[in-house]
Amino acid sequence: MASALTTMGKIRPELPTDFGQMTRVTKYELLNFVRSARFIVLLAITLIISGALASVVAYYRPPAMIGSGFAFYSIWWAPAIAALIALSGTLFGGDAISGEFQSKTGYFLFAHPVRRSSVFLGKMAAAFLASTVIIGVFAVISLGNGWYYTGPPPIQFWESVGFALVYLLGVLGFTFLFSSLFKSAAMSIIVTLVLLLFGFTLIDALVSNLAHVEPWYSITYAGGIITNVLIVPYPPHTVVGGFSPYNASILEGVVILLIYAVLGAVGGYALFRQQDFT
Amino acid sequence: MSDLSIETTQLTKKFGSFTAVNSLTIKVQGTKCVGFLGPNGAGKTTTLKILTAMIHPNAGQAFINGIDVQAHKRQALHPCGVLIETPEIYPALTPREALSYIAELRGIPAGERPDRIRTVLEQVRMTDWIDKRTGKFSKGMKQRVNIAAALLPDPDILLLDEPTTGLDPRGMAEVRSIVVDLKKQKKLIFMSSHLLGEVADICDDVAMIDQGKLLIYDTLERVIEKVGGQGGGVEIDLSVEGSPAVEQKIRSIPGVDHVEHVDTRTYLIRFSGGLPTQERLLSDLVAARIGLVSFKASSGMARLEDAYLNLIKGGL
Repeated sequence: MASALTTMGKIRPELPTDFGQMTRVTKYELLNFVRSARFIVLLAITLIISGALASVVAYYRPPAMIGSGFAFYSIWWAPAIAALIALSGTLFGGDAISGEFQSKTGYFLFAHPVRRSSVFLGKMAAAFLASTVIIGVFAVISLGNGWYYTGPPPIQFWESVGFALVYLLGVLGFTFLFSSLFKSAAMSIIVTLVLLLFGFTLIDALVSNLAHVEPWYSITYAGGIITNVLIVPYPPHTVVGGFSPYNASILEGVVILLIYAVLGAVGGYALFRQQDFT
Repeated sequence: MSDLSIETTQLTKKFGSFTAVNSLTIKVQGTKCVGFLGPNGAGKTTTLKILTAMIHPNAGQAFINGIDVQAHKRQALHPCGVLIETPEIYPALTPREALSYIAELRGIPAGERPDRIRTVLEQVRMTDWIDKRTGKFSKGMKQRVNIAAALLPDPDILLLDEPTTGLDPRGMAEVRSIVVDLKKQKKLIFMSSHLLGEVADICDDVAMIDQGKLLIYDTLERVIEKVGGQGGGVEIDLSVEGSPAVEQKIRSIPGVDHVEHVDTRTYLIRFSGGLPTQERLLSDLVAARIGLVSFKASSGMARLEDAYLNLIKGGL
Protein backbone atom coordinates (compact mmCIF):
# COMPACT_ATOMS: atom_id res chain seq x y z
CA MET A 1 0.00 0.00 0.00
CA ALA A 2 1.44 3.34 -1.05
CA SER A 3 1.73 6.10 1.47
CA ALA A 4 1.92 9.87 1.32
CA LEU A 5 3.45 12.47 3.54
CA THR A 6 0.73 14.63 5.10
CA THR A 7 0.59 18.31 5.92
CA MET A 8 1.75 17.49 9.43
CA GLY A 9 4.68 15.43 8.24
CA LYS A 10 2.83 12.25 9.14
CA ILE A 11 2.81 9.17 6.93
CA ARG A 12 -0.73 8.59 5.74
CA PRO A 13 -1.73 5.66 3.51
CA GLU A 14 -2.78 6.70 0.04
CA LEU A 15 -6.41 6.37 -0.84
CA PRO A 16 -7.39 3.47 -3.10
CA THR A 17 -8.17 4.45 -6.70
CA ASP A 18 -11.75 5.37 -7.59
CA PHE A 19 -12.20 1.86 -8.96
CA GLY A 20 -10.70 0.40 -5.79
CA GLN A 21 -13.15 2.36 -3.66
CA MET A 22 -15.97 1.25 -5.94
CA THR A 23 -15.11 -2.41 -5.33
CA ARG A 24 -15.13 -1.79 -1.54
CA VAL A 25 -18.58 -0.23 -1.83
CA THR A 26 -19.74 -3.28 -3.78
CA LYS A 27 -18.26 -5.65 -1.19
CA TYR A 28 -19.96 -4.05 1.80
CA GLU A 29 -23.21 -3.44 -0.06
CA LEU A 30 -23.29 -7.18 -0.83
CA LEU A 31 -22.60 -7.95 2.83
CA ASN A 32 -25.47 -5.64 3.73
CA PHE A 33 -27.77 -7.44 1.26
CA VAL A 34 -26.82 -10.89 2.51
CA ARG A 35 -27.47 -9.83 6.10
CA SER A 36 -30.71 -8.04 5.35
CA ALA A 37 -34.14 -9.61 5.15
CA ARG A 38 -34.68 -8.62 1.52
CA PHE A 39 -32.12 -11.09 0.17
CA ILE A 40 -33.59 -13.90 2.26
CA VAL A 41 -37.12 -12.93 1.21
CA LEU A 42 -36.20 -12.81 -2.46
CA LEU A 43 -34.41 -16.13 -2.22
CA ALA A 44 -37.46 -17.57 -0.47
CA ILE A 45 -39.74 -16.23 -3.22
CA THR A 46 -37.48 -17.81 -5.84
CA LEU A 47 -37.56 -21.13 -4.04
CA ILE A 48 -41.33 -20.97 -3.53
CA ILE A 49 -41.94 -20.24 -7.25
CA SER A 50 -39.56 -23.04 -8.18
CA GLY A 51 -41.15 -25.42 -5.69
CA ALA A 52 -44.66 -24.63 -6.94
CA LEU A 53 -43.65 -25.09 -10.58
CA ALA A 54 -41.83 -28.33 -9.79
CA SER A 55 -44.83 -29.72 -7.91
CA VAL A 56 -47.31 -28.85 -10.64
CA VAL A 57 -45.13 -30.27 -13.41
CA ALA A 58 -44.35 -33.41 -11.41
CA TYR A 59 -48.01 -34.02 -10.64
CA TYR A 60 -49.65 -33.17 -13.97
CA ARG A 61 -46.71 -33.82 -16.32
CA PRO A 62 -48.30 -31.58 -19.00
CA PRO A 63 -47.39 -33.03 -22.42
CA ALA A 64 -47.30 -29.56 -24.02
CA MET A 65 -44.60 -28.61 -21.59
CA ILE A 66 -42.41 -31.65 -21.24
CA GLY A 67 -42.60 -32.46 -24.96
CA SER A 68 -39.56 -30.33 -25.80
CA GLY A 69 -36.87 -28.21 -24.20
CA PHE A 70 -38.16 -25.10 -25.98
CA ALA A 71 -41.67 -25.60 -24.66
CA PHE A 72 -40.43 -26.43 -21.17
CA TYR A 73 -38.23 -23.38 -20.74
CA SER A 74 -40.63 -20.99 -22.43
CA ILE A 75 -43.28 -21.96 -19.86
CA TRP A 76 -41.11 -22.58 -16.77
CA TRP A 77 -38.28 -20.11 -17.10
CA ALA A 78 -39.28 -17.12 -19.21
CA PRO A 79 -42.45 -15.75 -17.54
CA ALA A 80 -41.14 -16.09 -14.01
CA ILE A 81 -37.67 -14.70 -14.63
CA ALA A 82 -38.94 -11.35 -15.92
CA ALA A 83 -40.93 -10.86 -12.72
CA LEU A 84 -38.04 -12.04 -10.56
CA ILE A 85 -35.69 -9.58 -12.26
CA ALA A 86 -38.14 -6.74 -11.73
CA LEU A 87 -38.44 -7.74 -8.06
CA SER A 88 -34.75 -8.22 -7.38
CA GLY A 89 -33.67 -5.16 -9.36
CA THR A 90 -36.15 -3.04 -7.45
CA LEU A 91 -35.44 -4.50 -4.03
CA PHE A 92 -31.67 -4.28 -4.39
CA GLY A 93 -31.56 -1.04 -6.32
CA GLY A 94 -34.78 0.79 -5.51
CA ASP A 95 -33.51 2.42 -2.35
CA ALA A 96 -29.79 2.22 -3.11
CA ILE A 97 -29.54 5.98 -3.51
CA SER A 98 -32.76 7.30 -1.96
CA GLY A 99 -32.07 5.23 1.16
CA GLU A 100 -28.77 7.06 1.71
CA PHE A 101 -30.71 10.29 2.05
CA GLN A 102 -33.78 9.01 3.84
CA SER A 103 -32.10 6.82 6.44
CA LYS A 104 -29.08 9.13 6.77
CA THR A 105 -26.60 6.34 6.09
CA GLY A 106 -25.18 8.75 3.52
CA TYR A 107 -23.89 10.86 6.38
CA PHE A 108 -21.78 7.89 7.47
CA LEU A 109 -20.36 7.16 4.03
CA PHE A 110 -20.06 10.48 2.22
CA ALA A 111 -18.24 12.24 5.03
CA HIS A 112 -15.18 10.33 3.87
CA PRO A 113 -12.94 10.96 0.86
CA VAL A 114 -14.90 8.98 -1.68
CA ARG A 115 -16.50 10.23 -4.87
CA ARG A 116 -20.21 9.89 -5.43
CA SER A 117 -19.51 8.12 -8.73
CA SER A 118 -17.62 5.36 -6.89
CA VAL A 119 -20.52 4.86 -4.52
CA PHE A 120 -23.11 4.95 -7.31
CA LEU A 121 -21.31 2.43 -9.49
CA GLY A 122 -20.35 0.27 -6.49
CA LYS A 123 -23.96 0.05 -5.43
CA MET A 124 -25.08 -0.70 -8.98
CA ALA A 125 -22.51 -3.48 -9.24
CA ALA A 126 -23.68 -4.92 -5.92
CA ALA A 127 -27.33 -4.84 -7.01
CA PHE A 128 -26.33 -6.56 -10.26
CA LEU A 129 -24.37 -9.28 -8.47
CA ALA A 130 -27.04 -9.91 -5.84
CA SER A 131 -29.74 -10.09 -8.51
CA THR A 132 -27.53 -12.38 -10.56
CA VAL A 133 -27.39 -14.77 -7.62
CA ILE A 134 -31.20 -14.85 -7.57
CA ILE A 135 -31.35 -15.33 -11.34
CA GLY A 136 -28.68 -18.00 -11.03
CA VAL A 137 -30.59 -19.94 -8.40
CA PHE A 138 -33.75 -19.91 -10.52
CA ALA A 139 -31.77 -20.80 -13.65
CA VAL A 140 -30.13 -23.78 -11.93
CA ILE A 141 -33.46 -25.10 -10.64
CA SER A 142 -35.03 -24.57 -14.08
CA LEU A 143 -32.13 -26.34 -15.71
CA GLY A 144 -32.30 -29.26 -13.28
CA ASN A 145 -35.97 -29.82 -13.93
CA GLY A 146 -35.62 -29.20 -17.66
CA TRP A 147 -32.81 -31.71 -17.91
CA TYR A 148 -34.86 -34.28 -16.01
CA TYR A 149 -37.91 -33.92 -18.24
CA THR A 150 -36.44 -32.97 -21.62
CA GLY A 151 -32.74 -33.71 -21.55
CA PRO A 152 -29.93 -31.22 -22.23
CA PRO A 153 -31.20 -27.68 -22.75
CA PRO A 154 -31.31 -26.04 -26.18
CA ILE A 155 -28.71 -23.36 -26.82
CA GLN A 156 -31.55 -20.83 -26.82
CA PHE A 157 -31.96 -21.37 -23.06
CA TRP A 158 -28.47 -20.03 -22.51
CA GLU A 159 -29.24 -17.14 -24.85
CA SER A 160 -32.34 -16.46 -22.81
CA VAL A 161 -30.25 -16.44 -19.62
CA GLY A 162 -27.90 -13.96 -21.29
CA PHE A 163 -30.82 -11.75 -22.31
CA ALA A 164 -32.12 -11.96 -18.76
CA LEU A 165 -28.84 -10.48 -17.55
CA VAL A 166 -29.07 -7.70 -20.15
CA TYR A 167 -32.67 -7.10 -19.03
CA LEU A 168 -31.37 -6.90 -15.45
CA LEU A 169 -28.92 -4.19 -16.52
CA GLY A 170 -31.76 -2.23 -18.10
CA VAL A 171 -33.92 -2.69 -15.01
CA LEU A 172 -31.09 -1.51 -12.76
CA GLY A 173 -30.50 1.58 -14.93
CA PHE A 174 -34.20 2.37 -14.67
CA THR A 175 -34.28 1.59 -10.95
CA PHE A 176 -31.24 3.71 -10.09
CA LEU A 177 -32.70 6.61 -12.06
CA PHE A 178 -35.82 6.53 -9.89
CA SER A 179 -33.80 5.90 -6.77
CA SER A 180 -31.87 9.11 -7.46
CA LEU A 181 -35.03 10.99 -8.35
CA PHE A 182 -36.78 10.38 -5.05
CA LYS A 183 -35.52 11.02 -1.57
CA SER A 184 -38.05 8.55 -0.17
CA ALA A 185 -36.93 4.93 -0.39
CA ALA A 186 -40.49 3.58 -0.25
CA MET A 187 -41.62 5.91 -3.03
CA SER A 188 -38.77 4.94 -5.34
CA ILE A 189 -39.32 1.22 -4.73
CA ILE A 190 -43.10 1.36 -5.22
CA VAL A 191 -43.02 3.53 -8.35
CA THR A 192 -40.33 1.39 -9.98
CA LEU A 193 -42.01 -1.89 -9.10
CA VAL A 194 -45.45 -0.79 -10.29
CA LEU A 195 -44.04 0.48 -13.58
CA LEU A 196 -42.00 -2.66 -14.21
CA LEU A 197 -44.63 -5.19 -13.19
CA PHE A 198 -47.79 -3.53 -14.54
CA GLY A 199 -47.28 -0.02 -15.87
CA PHE A 200 -45.21 -0.69 -18.97
CA THR A 201 -47.19 -3.79 -19.93
CA LEU A 202 -50.43 -1.83 -19.78
CA ILE A 203 -49.07 1.16 -21.69
CA ASP A 204 -47.49 -1.14 -24.30
CA ALA A 205 -50.79 -2.91 -24.91
CA LEU A 206 -52.71 0.35 -25.21
CA VAL A 207 -50.21 2.03 -27.49
CA SER A 208 -49.67 -0.94 -29.77
CA ASN A 209 -53.35 -1.92 -30.03
CA LEU A 210 -54.98 1.49 -30.13
CA ALA A 211 -52.33 3.68 -31.72
CA HIS A 212 -50.72 0.83 -33.66
CA VAL A 213 -47.30 2.10 -32.66
CA GLU A 214 -44.45 -0.25 -31.82
CA PRO A 215 -43.59 0.27 -28.12
CA TRP A 216 -39.88 0.64 -28.79
CA TYR A 217 -39.62 2.96 -25.77
CA SER A 218 -40.59 0.17 -23.38
CA ILE A 219 -38.21 -1.90 -21.29
CA THR A 220 -40.74 -4.69 -20.85
CA TYR A 221 -41.30 -4.78 -24.59
CA ALA A 222 -37.57 -5.16 -25.13
CA GLY A 223 -37.45 -7.74 -22.34
CA GLY A 224 -39.78 -9.90 -24.43
CA ILE A 225 -36.68 -11.30 -26.15
CA ILE A 226 -36.11 -13.48 -23.06
CA THR A 227 -39.28 -15.41 -23.97
CA ASN A 228 -39.22 -14.99 -27.74
CA VAL A 229 -35.82 -16.61 -28.16
CA LEU A 230 -37.33 -19.82 -26.77
CA ILE A 231 -40.04 -19.86 -29.45
CA VAL A 232 -39.20 -21.68 -32.67
CA PRO A 233 -39.23 -20.08 -35.12
CA TYR A 234 -38.55 -16.65 -33.58
CA PRO A 235 -41.86 -14.67 -33.66
CA PRO A 236 -42.25 -12.18 -36.52
CA HIS A 237 -41.88 -8.47 -35.79
CA THR A 238 -45.57 -7.85 -36.39
CA VAL A 239 -48.35 -10.34 -35.73
CA VAL A 240 -52.07 -10.05 -36.34
CA GLY A 241 -54.24 -10.24 -33.24
CA GLY A 242 -53.10 -11.18 -29.79
CA PHE A 243 -52.46 -9.06 -26.71
CA SER A 244 -49.46 -7.34 -28.25
CA PRO A 245 -49.08 -7.18 -32.05
CA TYR A 246 -45.37 -6.40 -31.93
CA ASN A 247 -42.26 -8.42 -31.08
CA ALA A 248 -38.86 -6.88 -30.65
CA SER A 249 -36.10 -8.48 -32.66
CA ILE A 250 -33.13 -9.68 -30.64
CA LEU A 251 -30.92 -6.82 -31.81
CA GLU A 252 -33.65 -4.26 -31.17
CA GLY A 253 -34.36 -5.72 -27.72
CA VAL A 254 -30.71 -5.77 -26.67
CA VAL A 255 -30.16 -2.21 -27.90
CA ILE A 256 -33.24 -0.91 -26.07
CA LEU A 257 -32.18 -2.66 -22.86
CA LEU A 258 -28.64 -1.31 -23.09
CA ILE A 259 -29.99 2.18 -23.73
CA TYR A 260 -32.07 1.82 -20.55
CA ALA A 261 -29.00 0.67 -18.66
CA VAL A 262 -26.74 3.48 -19.87
CA LEU A 263 -29.21 6.36 -19.89
CA GLY A 264 -30.70 5.28 -16.57
CA ALA A 265 -27.28 5.07 -14.94
CA VAL A 266 -26.03 8.34 -16.43
CA GLY A 267 -29.27 10.17 -15.62
CA GLY A 268 -29.41 8.67 -12.13
CA TYR A 269 -25.83 9.66 -11.42
CA ALA A 270 -26.37 13.18 -12.78
CA LEU A 271 -29.31 13.59 -10.38
CA PHE A 272 -27.44 12.03 -7.46
CA ARG A 273 -24.42 14.24 -8.05
CA GLN A 274 -26.52 17.37 -7.74
CA GLN A 275 -28.41 16.34 -4.63
CA ASP A 276 -27.67 17.86 -1.28
CA PHE A 277 -27.63 15.99 2.01
CA THR A 278 -29.99 18.39 3.72
CA MET B 1 5.45 21.32 6.99
CA SER B 2 2.67 23.84 6.47
CA ASP B 3 -0.17 24.90 8.73
CA LEU B 4 -3.43 23.03 8.77
CA SER B 5 -6.28 25.20 7.58
CA ILE B 6 -9.99 25.36 6.96
CA GLU B 7 -11.22 28.26 4.89
CA THR B 8 -14.37 29.51 3.28
CA THR B 9 -14.59 32.50 0.97
CA GLN B 10 -17.87 34.28 0.30
CA LEU B 11 -19.66 31.00 0.90
CA THR B 12 -23.39 31.22 0.19
CA LYS B 13 -26.07 28.57 0.29
CA LYS B 14 -29.75 29.17 -0.34
CA PHE B 15 -32.63 26.76 0.10
CA GLY B 16 -35.37 28.38 -1.96
CA SER B 17 -35.85 31.87 -0.56
CA PHE B 18 -34.06 30.99 2.70
CA THR B 19 -30.41 31.90 2.86
CA ALA B 20 -28.72 29.40 5.16
CA VAL B 21 -25.17 30.65 4.66
CA ASN B 22 -24.61 34.23 3.60
CA SER B 23 -21.24 35.24 2.12
CA LEU B 24 -19.39 33.47 4.91
CA THR B 25 -15.67 34.08 4.89
CA ILE B 26 -13.57 32.55 7.62
CA LYS B 27 -10.11 31.06 7.87
CA VAL B 28 -9.01 28.92 10.78
CA GLN B 29 -5.43 27.86 10.82
CA GLY B 30 -2.97 26.02 13.00
CA THR B 31 -3.43 23.34 15.63
CA LYS B 32 -6.25 24.27 17.96
CA CYS B 33 -9.89 23.72 18.67
CA VAL B 34 -12.33 26.19 17.21
CA GLY B 35 -15.90 26.30 18.48
CA PHE B 36 -18.47 27.15 15.85
CA LEU B 37 -21.39 28.69 17.68
CA GLY B 38 -24.78 29.92 16.67
CA PRO B 39 -28.46 29.41 17.36
CA ASN B 40 -30.54 26.74 15.62
CA GLY B 41 -30.77 27.50 11.90
CA ALA B 42 -27.76 29.83 12.00
CA GLY B 43 -26.01 27.88 9.24
CA LYS B 44 -23.46 25.88 11.25
CA THR B 45 -24.36 22.45 9.90
CA THR B 46 -24.82 23.76 6.36
CA THR B 47 -21.33 25.27 6.48
CA LEU B 48 -19.86 21.98 7.70
CA LYS B 49 -21.75 20.06 5.03
CA ILE B 50 -20.31 22.34 2.35
CA LEU B 51 -16.87 21.83 3.85
CA THR B 52 -17.36 18.08 3.38
CA ALA B 53 -18.97 18.27 -0.09
CA MET B 54 -22.27 16.95 1.17
CA ILE B 55 -23.94 20.15 0.03
CA HIS B 56 -23.14 22.28 -3.00
CA PRO B 57 -22.83 26.02 -2.36
CA ASN B 58 -24.61 28.55 -4.56
CA ALA B 59 -21.54 30.76 -4.45
CA GLY B 60 -18.14 30.91 -2.84
CA GLN B 61 -15.61 28.23 -2.11
CA ALA B 62 -14.53 25.98 0.72
CA PHE B 63 -10.96 24.85 1.19
CA ILE B 64 -9.19 22.39 3.43
CA ASN B 65 -5.44 22.83 3.53
CA GLY B 66 -5.88 25.08 0.50
CA ILE B 67 -7.63 22.36 -1.54
CA ASP B 68 -11.05 23.19 -2.97
CA VAL B 69 -13.38 20.67 -1.33
CA GLN B 70 -16.06 20.74 -4.00
CA ALA B 71 -13.60 20.28 -6.86
CA HIS B 72 -11.22 17.82 -5.18
CA LYS B 73 -13.14 16.10 -2.42
CA ARG B 74 -10.88 13.07 -2.13
CA GLN B 75 -7.68 15.04 -1.69
CA ALA B 76 -9.30 17.66 0.53
CA LEU B 77 -10.93 15.18 2.93
CA HIS B 78 -8.05 12.72 2.99
CA PRO B 79 -6.52 14.17 6.21
CA CYS B 80 -9.93 14.81 7.80
CA GLY B 81 -12.13 13.01 10.24
CA VAL B 82 -15.71 14.11 9.89
CA LEU B 83 -18.88 13.76 11.91
CA ILE B 84 -21.95 15.52 10.57
CA GLU B 85 -25.18 15.30 12.58
CA THR B 86 -25.95 11.77 13.80
CA PRO B 87 -25.36 9.46 10.84
CA GLU B 88 -27.11 6.12 10.65
CA ILE B 89 -24.79 3.19 10.25
CA TYR B 90 -25.86 0.37 7.91
CA PRO B 91 -28.00 -1.55 10.39
CA ALA B 92 -26.94 -5.02 9.26
CA LEU B 93 -23.28 -4.25 9.91
CA THR B 94 -21.43 -4.51 13.21
CA PRO B 95 -19.11 -1.72 14.40
CA ARG B 96 -16.14 -3.86 13.34
CA GLU B 97 -17.56 -4.23 9.81
CA ALA B 98 -18.72 -0.62 9.52
CA LEU B 99 -15.30 0.63 10.57
CA SER B 100 -13.57 -1.89 8.29
CA TYR B 101 -15.65 -0.44 5.46
CA ILE B 102 -14.36 3.05 6.21
CA ALA B 103 -10.82 1.76 6.78
CA GLU B 104 -10.84 0.07 3.36
CA LEU B 105 -12.24 3.15 1.65
CA ARG B 106 -9.47 5.16 3.25
CA GLY B 107 -6.75 2.74 2.26
CA ILE B 108 -5.69 1.81 5.79
CA PRO B 109 -3.52 -1.29 5.26
CA ALA B 110 -5.19 -4.61 6.09
CA GLY B 111 -2.54 -5.43 8.69
CA GLU B 112 -3.20 -2.24 10.64
CA ARG B 113 -7.00 -2.30 10.46
CA PRO B 114 -7.85 -4.62 13.38
CA ASP B 115 -5.64 -2.72 15.84
CA ARG B 116 -6.77 0.66 14.60
CA ILE B 117 -10.45 -0.33 14.83
CA ARG B 118 -10.01 -1.69 18.34
CA THR B 119 -8.14 1.43 19.42
CA VAL B 120 -10.84 3.85 18.28
CA LEU B 121 -13.60 1.66 19.69
CA GLU B 122 -11.75 1.63 23.00
CA GLN B 123 -11.60 5.42 22.87
CA VAL B 124 -15.38 5.58 22.63
CA ARG B 125 -15.90 2.61 24.97
CA MET B 126 -17.66 0.41 22.44
CA THR B 127 -15.40 -2.64 22.38
CA ASP B 128 -18.03 -4.76 24.15
CA TRP B 129 -20.31 -4.17 21.18
CA ILE B 130 -17.77 -4.67 18.44
CA ASP B 131 -19.54 -7.66 16.87
CA LYS B 132 -23.16 -6.70 17.53
CA ARG B 133 -25.27 -5.32 14.70
CA THR B 134 -25.66 -1.56 14.88
CA GLY B 135 -29.33 -1.70 13.89
CA LYS B 136 -30.25 -2.34 17.51
CA PHE B 137 -28.00 0.35 18.98
CA SER B 138 -29.34 3.40 20.78
CA LYS B 139 -28.71 6.83 19.30
CA GLY B 140 -25.90 7.41 21.78
CA MET B 141 -24.20 4.12 20.92
CA LYS B 142 -24.42 4.90 17.22
CA GLN B 143 -22.92 8.30 17.85
CA ARG B 144 -19.98 6.68 19.64
CA VAL B 145 -19.35 4.46 16.62
CA ASN B 146 -19.65 7.53 14.40
CA ILE B 147 -17.04 9.29 16.48
CA ALA B 148 -14.85 6.22 16.19
CA ALA B 149 -15.27 6.39 12.40
CA ALA B 150 -14.14 10.02 12.44
CA LEU B 151 -11.07 9.13 14.50
CA LEU B 152 -10.23 6.01 12.49
CA PRO B 153 -7.85 7.62 9.96
CA ASP B 154 -5.94 9.41 12.75
CA PRO B 155 -6.94 12.69 11.13
CA ASP B 156 -5.00 15.94 11.21
CA ILE B 157 -8.24 17.89 10.92
CA LEU B 158 -11.52 17.08 12.62
CA LEU B 159 -14.81 18.56 11.49
CA LEU B 160 -17.37 17.82 14.15
CA ASP B 161 -21.00 18.85 14.04
CA GLU B 162 -22.44 18.80 17.55
CA PRO B 163 -20.55 15.62 18.40
CA THR B 164 -22.17 15.13 21.80
CA THR B 165 -25.69 15.03 20.37
CA GLY B 166 -27.59 12.01 21.60
CA LEU B 167 -25.07 11.12 24.28
CA ASP B 168 -25.84 10.80 27.96
CA PRO B 169 -23.94 13.06 30.39
CA ARG B 170 -21.19 10.49 30.83
CA GLY B 171 -20.87 10.07 27.08
CA MET B 172 -20.73 13.83 26.62
CA ALA B 173 -17.96 14.09 29.19
CA GLU B 174 -16.07 11.26 27.47
CA VAL B 175 -16.32 12.91 24.07
CA ARG B 176 -15.10 16.19 25.52
CA SER B 177 -12.19 14.37 27.06
CA ILE B 178 -11.41 12.76 23.68
CA VAL B 179 -11.44 16.18 22.01
CA VAL B 180 -9.16 17.60 24.71
CA ASP B 181 -6.76 14.68 24.14
CA LEU B 182 -6.87 15.29 20.39
CA LYS B 183 -5.99 18.94 20.94
CA LYS B 184 -2.80 17.80 22.63
CA GLN B 185 -1.93 15.76 19.53
CA LYS B 186 -1.60 18.92 17.44
CA LYS B 187 -4.75 18.71 15.36
CA LEU B 188 -7.07 21.34 14.00
CA ILE B 189 -10.55 20.76 15.36
CA PHE B 190 -13.52 22.69 14.03
CA MET B 191 -16.53 21.86 16.16
CA SER B 192 -20.02 23.24 15.91
CA SER B 193 -22.07 23.29 19.06
CA HIS B 194 -24.85 25.12 20.78
CA LEU B 195 -23.58 23.97 24.17
CA LEU B 196 -21.71 26.99 25.42
CA GLY B 197 -20.21 25.10 28.34
CA GLU B 198 -18.74 22.57 25.96
CA VAL B 199 -17.14 25.28 23.84
CA ALA B 200 -15.91 27.25 26.85
CA ASP B 201 -14.32 24.10 28.32
CA ILE B 202 -12.68 22.79 25.17
CA CYS B 203 -12.13 25.45 22.56
CA ASP B 204 -9.30 27.92 22.09
CA ASP B 205 -11.08 30.04 19.50
CA VAL B 206 -14.71 30.83 18.90
CA ALA B 207 -16.53 31.67 15.68
CA MET B 208 -20.11 32.82 16.05
CA ILE B 209 -22.59 32.92 13.22
CA ASP B 210 -26.19 33.91 12.96
CA GLN B 211 -28.49 33.96 9.93
CA GLY B 212 -25.63 32.55 7.89
CA LYS B 213 -23.30 35.46 8.62
CA LEU B 214 -20.10 35.41 10.61
CA LEU B 215 -20.49 37.69 13.61
CA ILE B 216 -17.09 37.25 15.18
CA TYR B 217 -14.06 34.97 15.07
CA ASP B 218 -11.34 35.33 17.66
CA THR B 219 -9.84 33.64 20.68
CA LEU B 220 -12.28 32.71 23.41
CA GLU B 221 -10.88 35.33 25.79
CA ARG B 222 -10.95 38.11 23.22
CA VAL B 223 -14.51 37.26 22.18
CA ILE B 224 -15.57 37.48 25.81
CA GLU B 225 -13.68 40.74 26.27
CA LYS B 226 -15.00 42.28 23.06
CA VAL B 227 -18.65 41.41 23.37
CA GLY B 228 -19.06 40.05 26.85
CA GLY B 229 -21.02 43.18 27.77
CA GLN B 230 -20.60 43.74 31.47
CA GLY B 231 -17.51 41.60 31.36
CA GLY B 232 -17.97 39.27 34.24
CA GLY B 233 -19.84 38.55 37.35
CA VAL B 234 -19.12 37.30 40.83
CA GLU B 235 -21.41 36.10 43.54
CA ILE B 236 -20.35 36.87 47.12
CA ASP B 237 -21.66 35.59 50.44
CA LEU B 238 -21.33 37.70 53.59
CA SER B 239 -21.17 36.67 57.25
CA VAL B 240 -23.70 39.39 58.06
CA GLU B 241 -26.90 40.61 56.46
CA GLY B 242 -26.44 43.08 53.66
CA SER B 243 -27.36 46.75 53.99
CA PRO B 244 -27.40 49.92 51.86
CA ALA B 245 -24.06 50.83 53.39
CA VAL B 246 -22.52 47.53 52.32
CA GLU B 247 -23.98 47.93 48.85
CA GLN B 248 -22.52 51.42 48.62
CA LYS B 249 -19.08 50.15 49.63
CA ILE B 250 -19.20 47.52 46.88
CA ARG B 251 -20.40 50.01 44.27
CA SER B 252 -17.54 52.31 45.08
CA ILE B 253 -14.95 49.71 44.07
CA PRO B 254 -13.43 50.66 40.67
CA GLY B 255 -14.70 48.53 37.80
CA VAL B 256 -17.94 47.51 39.48
CA ASP B 257 -20.90 48.29 37.21
CA HIS B 258 -23.84 46.73 38.97
CA VAL B 259 -24.67 45.26 42.38
CA GLU B 260 -27.69 43.09 42.92
CA HIS B 261 -29.10 41.64 46.13
CA VAL B 262 -29.68 37.91 45.59
CA ASP B 263 -30.78 37.19 49.17
CA THR B 264 -30.09 38.66 52.61
CA ARG B 265 -26.42 37.72 52.70
CA THR B 266 -25.65 37.25 49.00
CA TYR B 267 -24.84 39.77 46.29
CA LEU B 268 -24.26 39.45 42.57
CA ILE B 269 -21.63 41.89 41.30
CA ARG B 270 -21.20 42.75 37.62
CA PHE B 271 -17.95 44.32 36.56
CA SER B 272 -16.03 45.31 33.45
CA GLY B 273 -12.35 44.93 32.73
CA GLY B 274 -12.00 41.20 32.40
CA LEU B 275 -9.77 38.98 34.49
CA PRO B 276 -7.52 41.78 35.88
CA THR B 277 -10.56 43.50 37.42
CA GLN B 278 -11.83 40.18 38.76
CA GLU B 279 -8.51 39.50 40.48
CA ARG B 280 -8.37 43.01 42.01
CA LEU B 281 -12.02 42.85 43.02
CA LEU B 282 -11.35 40.06 45.51
CA SER B 283 -8.68 42.00 47.34
CA ASP B 284 -10.78 45.20 47.26
CA LEU B 285 -13.75 43.34 48.77
CA VAL B 286 -11.57 41.92 51.54
CA ALA B 287 -10.14 45.38 52.17
CA ALA B 288 -13.66 46.85 52.33
CA ARG B 289 -14.30 44.75 55.49
CA ILE B 290 -17.89 43.83 54.62
CA GLY B 291 -17.72 40.34 56.15
CA LEU B 292 -16.81 38.45 52.94
CA VAL B 293 -17.21 34.69 53.39
CA SER B 294 -17.14 33.37 49.82
CA PHE B 295 -16.32 34.70 46.37
CA LYS B 296 -17.58 32.78 43.34
CA ALA B 297 -16.37 34.06 39.98
CA SER B 298 -18.60 33.40 37.01
CA SER B 299 -17.42 30.50 34.84
CA GLY B 300 -16.08 30.74 31.33
CA MET B 301 -19.41 29.39 30.23
CA ALA B 302 -21.35 32.20 31.88
CA ARG B 303 -19.02 34.77 30.38
CA LEU B 304 -19.27 33.18 26.95
CA GLU B 305 -23.02 33.06 27.35
CA ASP B 306 -23.06 36.79 27.91
CA ALA B 307 -20.96 37.35 24.80
CA TYR B 308 -23.12 34.96 22.80
CA LEU B 309 -26.37 36.56 23.85
CA ASN B 310 -25.05 40.05 23.20
CA LEU B 311 -23.93 39.09 19.71
CA ILE B 312 -26.99 37.11 18.73
CA LYS B 313 -29.25 39.86 20.12
CA GLY B 314 -27.31 42.38 18.09
CA GLY B 315 -27.61 40.22 15.03
CA LEU B 316 -31.39 40.01 15.21
